[in-house]
Amino acid sequence: MIGRIVPIVLFVLLGVLLAVGLKISDHKTDIPSPLIGKKIPEFSLPALGREGVTITDKDLIGEPFLLNVFASWCPTCRTEHPFIEQLAASGRLRVIGLNYRDEEEDALAWLEYFGNPYELIMADVSGRTAIDFGVYAAPESFLVDANGYILFKQIGMVTPQIIEQEILPLIESGGSSQP
Amino acid sequence: MISSRFRILLAIILLLLTVPAFASGEPLIFKDLDQETRYLKLTTQLRCLVCQNQNLADSDAPLAQDLRQEIYEMMQSGSTDDEIKQFLIDRYGDFVLYMPPVKSNTLVLWLMPGVLLFGGALVLLVVVRKRKPDSEGQEEEISS
Repeated sequence: MIGRIVPIVLFVLLGVLLAVGLKISDHKTDIPSPLIGKKIPEFSLPALGREGVTITDKDLIGEPFLLNVFASWCPTCRTEHPFIEQLAASGRLRVIGLNYRDEEEDALAWLEYFGNPYELIMADVSGRTAIDFGVYAAPESFLVDANGYILFKQIGMVTPQIIEQEILPLIESGGSSQP
Repeated sequence: MISSRFRILLAIILLLLTVPAFASGEPLIFKDLDQETRYLKLTTQLRCLVCQNQNLADSDAPLAQDLRQEIYEMMQSGSTDDEIKQFLIDRYGDFVLYMPPVKSNTLVLWLMPGVLLFGGALVLLVVVRKRKPDSEGQEEEISS
């Protein structure tokens, strides 16, 4: 009797294991960020295309914003760019750009062509600040609350669905304040 | 027909062409051999986040280059291996380590091989016992 049940139980367990594996396989390269719930790292970066202007983390704090990591060399950034523009145009959330490992000229030309939805853009040519943000691919987007705490991170493309269902509810529910 | 001399010459020319491949990449200058060994060991223990099945030493991804540079600079300023690892864990999570730390959510990972080995041994023992012919049992009785 037991000899018959054991293989069936093992088979079902294996099936469950494979089903779980299939479910997570879409996102298996996404690494949960340890920075969620923490304050944004300190930084001081030049503003893209504005000589002599420096932006620090303190300049951004005060109102919630989406920090969008983009680069002219990144094809997925192009695909998501219209959605970032729609979000910025809707006025529901500020959008700040972090130009990642890019040439200033290329970045400016890219923005000229695809449009510039960003309130501010920091130029991280060396990628050093991006390391502090735990960035490992572009595009990445961070939702930051009014006090400078990271609420959410999107690795890869931001879609209208993610904006509507995950990003905006987090700030519009009023639960943006953290101690 | 190509003369053997020409072939040797061709081989030498081709070998010379491979030199620039070795010379590419930023040369790092270490204080001593110890530090260099530490650097090489550490970069093989850390995962490249871009190509996730490669370590930092192997990967040519721009981020891996940045992180190697960062590790190098931290070493020059006297950071220990643990401090460097913690620096990366704070930013990228435990995933940067090839060897995951023992925590509640990695317990299954750490215990499973032992459980499987023990369980397998148990099953083997039971099966072998069952197969034992009765005559052997009698033999044991006689011999003891």
